Amino acid sequence: MRQQVSNSPGFAPSRRGFMAGLAAGAGGLTLPRVALAQDGPKPGGKLRYGMNDGSQQDTLDPASWATVMTGFAFNGALCNNLVELLPDGTLAGDLAESWEADAGAMRWTFVLRQGVKFHDGRPLTPEDVRQSILHHMGEDSSSGALAIVRQIERIDTAEGQVIFTLVEGNADFPALMSDYHLSIFPARDGGGIDWESGIGTGAFKLDSFEPGVAIRLLRNPEYHKPGLPHFDEVEVLNIPDSTARLNALLTGEVDVIEDVDIRNVTLVERDPKLKVVRTPSLRHLTFDMNCSVAPYDNPAVRKALKLALDRDDIIAKVFLGEATKGNDNPAARIMPYFAETPPQYDYDPEAARAILKEAGLDGVSVDLSVAESAFPGAIDAAVLFREQAAKAGITVNVVQEADDGYWDNVWLKKPFNASDWYGRVTLDWLFATSYTSDSPWNNTGFQNAGFDEICKAARTELDPARRAALYAEAQQILHDEGGVITVAFVSWRLAMTTNVGHGELGGILPADNHRGAERWWRADI
Amino acid sequence: MTSRSHPILSMVTSRIGLGLLSLLIVSLVIFSAVSFLPGSYASAILGQNATPEAVAAMEQKLGLNRPWFLRYVAWLGAAATGDMGMSFAGRPVMTVVGPRLKNTILLASITAVIAVPLAITLGVLCARFRGRFIDKFLSTTTLASISLPEFLVAYIVMMVLAVKLQLFPSMAGIRNGMDFADQLYRMVLPILTLLLVILAHMVRNTRAAILSVMASPYIEMARLKGEPEGRVVLRQALPNAIGPIASVVALNLAYLISGVVVIEVVFVYPGIGQAMIDAVRNRDVPVIQACALIFATAYIGFNLIADVISIVSNPRLLHPR
Repeated sequence: MRQQVSNSPGFAPSRRGFMAGLAAGAGGLTLPRVALAQDGPKPGGKLRYGMNDGSQQDTLDPASWATVMTGFAFNGALCNNLVELLPDGTLAGDLAESWEADAGAMRWTFVLRQGVKFHDGRPLTPEDVRQSILHHMGEDSSSGALAIVRQIERIDTAEGQVIFTLVEGNADFPALMSDYHLSIFPARDGGGIDWESGIGTGAFKLDSFEPGVAIRLLRNPEYHKPGLPHFDEVEVLNIPDSTARLNALLTGEVDVIEDVDIRNVTLVERDPKLKVVRTPSLRHLTFDMNCSVAPYDNPAVRKALKLALDRDDIIAKVFLGEATKGNDNPAARIMPYFAETPPQYDYDPEAARAILKEAGLDGVSVDLSVAESAFPGAIDAAVLFREQAAKAGITVNVVQEADDGYWDNVWLKKPFNASDWYGRVTLDWLFATSYTSDSPWNNTGFQNAGFDEICKAARTELDPARRAALYAEAQQILHDEGGVITVAFVSWRLAMTTNVGHGELGGILPADNHRGAERWWRADI
Repeated sequence: MTSRSHPILSMVTSRIGLGLLSLLIVSLVIFSAVSFLPGSYASAILGQNATPEAVAAMEQKLGLNRPWFLRYVAWLGAAATGDMGMSFAGRPVMTVVGPRLKNTILLASITAVIAVPLAITLGVLCARFRGRFIDKFLSTTTLASISLPEFLVAYIVMMVLAVKLQLFPSMAGIRNGMDFADQLYRMVLPILTLLLVILAHMVRNTRAAILSVMASPYIEMARLKGEPEGRVVLRQALPNAIGPIASVVALNLAYLISGVVVIEVVFVYPGIGQAMIDAVRNRDVPVIQACALIFATAYIGFNLIADVISIVSNPRLLHPR
């Protein structure tokens, strides 16, 4: 029995709705519904997905998830979080129906959805949620969500509710609950969760799991989202070699492949039975200058270097057009509270030269550390940059570092290096991990008391308008004074057969925010 | 009787002893090499969640904060009692490596069962009809297939038979629960590729070994006595060429276990080579060690067997004065 749902404007909360929901603390956000046209998605069929990063290290333990393969199959198909990231980047309730905060955003109460069942028939209880979060909080926790759960002081349960008390106020706390590690598993008697049996609340039940090889999932007929999922069966296959992955798609062994090589995009698009689906993501590739090391401690040098990079040229030549231009603001356009930071930095060697001259500098020489493992195309981009910067009287020495160990020996250590950022769901989290003075990954050595103050104020600001203003100011500071030179923002690039139907894809996490298994359908049945 | 078997027994014992010593050295080299690699399991696994705090917690948990030689000694002690330890991901190493090893052995056995008799037959034919069409044809083609890198052979085979003709699946991903016929069908392309790669080597060496024996005076004697040429090759030359043939066969069989990494990756075959690459990428030392030991054991074991065969087949070595 399938429910026909019309697409009324009230269903998917807009970004404004999301902010208002947070501010009023009302929650009350409805489940995301799939807009079904008259002859919309039909149930049935199978999805076979070729992944590029599965590993034999993969386990069902949510604390260990690190690959898209586990994220898509376990977080997105087998399990649910309290909240869900919609394709447009806004937040909706999933296992939680609504949430509200106290005035200082210190205490968050989540009201659980009624009638949700685990795959073995057990009903979802507040204790399951509590234990699922506690799972990441132990003394010796090595969870990927450690930075998030460290913000939690205490978790309490009440009838149908889970109450989080935080160490300090955080207006973004519900958004952080969408982190893929924080999937909800059934609690064990006496504490802990039972992740070993692979039982979740998700749209699919686990049929088989061979780490690093394949994961097979079967439809959960009692899923709590009406009309979902569409597929009867989902199979996720690990195909690390990009040629083998493309061949698997071409020979019909799989329906979707992850991360198609940019050089093969035309090959895929030439085939009428295949398509390439691009989704703007948070991921951005940068050349980062350490603002506390000479010569980058001189704002004039930073500005000149920003103007000496021809972003369009690099996007056309290195990324074959498969990337978009950044504006030296690490926030992605798809994030809530993203702000335009004028002016757009563009290639202007004359202006760069003039700025240096005004600062009393007759040209400048810099060493740019790169490796192919910094980001794909980093060396080519750096070499182009060298030629472009030369016209501005800037000497860029491209230092090619060893691929292996780049992230341990070069990144955060050399004063001017190439970096690959996967981004964060919220601006607060993004800035707190990489841009405030005491952040652990401050690759630009950015020390700006004003910026730190703004981030701190925005963190507990529940009023969306004031919050937006604060974040706009913070982004403008990074644009004007920061050490990031954004080479490009990249998109997720899936190749699939035209038999796979889908709506707009979410880009905050790969594979439609990990939830493709329940959002997509077969168009050929 | 005892005096006759004695030299072989003592040789086998000493070879096994040397083999174990080689294994020990291999394990030490691998363990220390991995320790000197930049990066760690914790930072590899945590990726962009690897805050210094999370890395420290994970290293503490795995005991990685101890010096590498202490970890080596602990590992060696456990390995000596047959315990390969736990993978850093928390599963016993043998449950990680075991199924992969099984798959690799399956692929290697099927390939070997076809390749070895075929290679020896073709080698003998080449030697028998030296300089004739079949010899020239096989010499040229085997030279070509030796010269091509294996991944190119694999891609050509895949392009022709899977993408263009669509006769066989491009992915050899065999899985639990598939029946054997289905597995075999999926394995056709990797088997074919491996055959092309190892046949050439074995055919050429078999031919060379027989031809070098054919230059001996006793072959001339057999010919003078009127033996037909086919009989000379099969009855006189081949038995005396078994030693070198066994060596090259052993080398290729060891390659089938430890050298098929590239082919496994191209055809997405879940074998042990992929397991090792995966482990190296994540710095999962216990799994790397187990794979390295298996590879080394395969090489040492097959070479030992080849040595024994060449001694048994050579009366002068069998009865040393």
